[in-house]
Amino acid sequence: MMLAKLKTLIQFYEEVLSMPHRQEIARELRNEDDLFLLLLYSEMIGIPNPVYYYTLELYPYMIEKFHDWHLRMGMEKSPMTGIRCC
Amino acid sequence: MSSILVAIIGMIVFALGYRYYSRFVAEKIFRLDPNYVTPAHRYKDGVDFVPTNKFVLWGHHFTSVAGAAPIVGPAIAVYWGWLPAFLWVILGTVFAAGVHDFGTLVLSVRNKGQSVGTLAHRLIGQRAKLLFLFIILILVLMVNAVFAWVIANLFISYPASVLPVFIQIPLAIWIGYAVYKKNKKMLIPSLIALAFMYFAAVLASRIDFLQIDLVQYMGGEDGAGFFGLGAVSTAFFIWIIILMIYVYIASTLPVWKLLQPRDFINSHQLVVGLAILYLGLLFVNPEITAPITNANTDISWFPLLFITIACGAISGFHGLVSSGTSSKQLNNETEARFVGYLGAIGEGVLALIAIIAVITFFPSKEAFLATYSSFTASNGAGLGVFVEGASNLASGLMIPTDIASTIVSIIVVSFAATTLDTSVRLMRYIIAELGVEYKVPVLSKTHVATTIAVVSSAALVLLPEGPKGFGSGGYLLWPLFGTANQLLAGISLLLIAIWLKRLGRNYAIALIPMIFVLFMTLIAMFQQVIFEWSWFGSNANMLLFVLGAITFVFAVWIILTAFSSLTKNMDEPIDDEK
Repeated sequence: MMLAKLKTLIQFYEEVLSMPHRQEIARELRNEDDLFLLLLYSEMIGIPNPVYYYTLELYPYMIEKFHDWHLRMGMEKSPMTGIRCC
Repeated sequence: MSSILVAIIGMIVFALGYRYYSRFVAEKIFRLDPNYVTPAHRYKDGVDFVPTNKFVLWGHHFTSVAGAAPIVGPAIAVYWGWLPAFLWVILGTVFAAGVHDFGTLVLSVRNKGQSVGTLAHRLIGQRAKLLFLFIILILVLMVNAVFAWVIANLFISYPASVLPVFIQIPLAIWIGYAVYKKNKKMLIPSLIALAFMYFAAVLASRIDFLQIDLVQYMGGEDGAGFFGLGAVSTAFFIWIIILMIYVYIASTLPVWKLLQPRDFINSHQLVVGLAILYLGLLFVNPEITAPITNANTDISWFPLLFITIACGAISGFHGLVSSGTSSKQLNNETEARFVGYLGAIGEGVLALIAIIAVITFFPSKEAFLATYSSFTASNGAGLGVFVEGASNLASGLMIPTDIASTIVSIIVVSFAATTLDTSVRLMRYIIAELGVEYKVPVLSKTHVATTIAVVSSAALVLLPEGPKGFGSGGYLLWPLFGTANQLLAGISLLLIAIWLKRLGRNYAIALIPMIFVLFMTLIAMFQQVIFEWSWFGSNANMLLFVLGAITFVFAVWIILTAFSSLTKNMDEPIDDEK
């Protein structure tokens, strides 16, 4: 009984400690993903994209996240005429 | 009088405040709704917006707001006797800090998790946001200077604390690496790190050559330093330079590399510190030797007391945490009371034990009065007395006083160092934001902004000269720090009042503490600027005069703008309740 309570307490404490850390790691991962997405749309910023047709296949997977992404990247409105999220 | 009794009275008031007052505010004024979809759910993104268990969120909130400030402030303010400081801490926590922390959290939750700066823009106007940014900028500048002074000062007074504090840096990097790269749990590594640090503290307390005592290296207090300065001043100068180099590097690294692992260790230190002090208090039960009120003071408690104890009674910095991070992670709106109000109480508990440690330390009232002979003397001595008083309490747990004082100073230095890191970082963001606002793009470069932040902080801590010459004047900034902090709190309370008024609720709960805090702060500020620091004042100091005058003008400006918007009738909806 006592031991179980102690375990919950330790678990709680561990969670408090790891909260900001988990958040920061998630942020780093998101930044990497954002950069990757930018590369996928590289022709938008003038860099020729040799795998254009393949990135097109990713389209259905990205479309849902697209709006949040362009806001994070500092673009108020959708930069693509093809995607009208806002 | 028994000190346990004082602690118990304080705790009872805190408990009543939480049980009744915060419930009243939550149910009748804020009308928290368990069905409201909080930003954590609505904008859930796994990064900033994450619904979090209320205990976990409280733990995070409390460890973010608790630092060295609720220790330093009370340790100085007992100069006017222990009762005024005690009353301000408990009543301020219950009626001002609680409402402020809780209110900014709810305000932000009801407004998409936006921070108080953005809310100032929406509720008052564009100019308010910029003024707000400037006041925060002045606040973090003060924080940098004051805490750098605190650390350098403790390093000189307690040379045994230097080694353990510096050991913490590689240990923290190791934890960051272990958790990030190896995906290990962080509890065990951070506990090992803590044990290692305290082991170093024990060794350094007993073995002389492990104490890094710059003053001793230069031949003691009367020895000659460099550049024609005395040994103490040179030591101070060297520590400030080292600290500034450290903080430059630390604040430009990603947070998970150094800042956060340091925070894990510091969270343990907060728990250890509070446990040692309160348990020690139970065992020692020391008599209070400080006077209840001190009649022979060279400067009146009114209104200076209310800015000397900033954190611990009410602090604008908490609003930044409440609206910056906690509001984005609140799982259910009704839990705002637990996280926000109880977070403020946690800080009050820390301030309370700081007061008790200081007022029980001296053997007699005369000894107390000899150390706390003038306000300037108390400013300089407060921190040292806290360290000694705290080790006195720790002796109840059979911890030898020399080791206890090393550990207590390590705790204070660690808190101050993390605050320093965070606030330099914050200053960098603000400089960058101002750069964007005023179209000076170079300011948004990390290294440009950090250089400006670090150099201005170093200049501020090095420039004011205290009674003991160069380097002893850092504490002169304490009233300015208090004022900037309280101004921010007052403005946040004003935002809460405007919001409540627009919703047609009774906004007195925010308005009354706001008027109190702003009134005290502005009077204190005016008094300090005109009668202390101006060219005909008693302690003429151009630097403090200019900084104080700027803050004062900004404060009056933002308050006038805000009041005009409070009295205006505004029908447009400001959140999704209407």
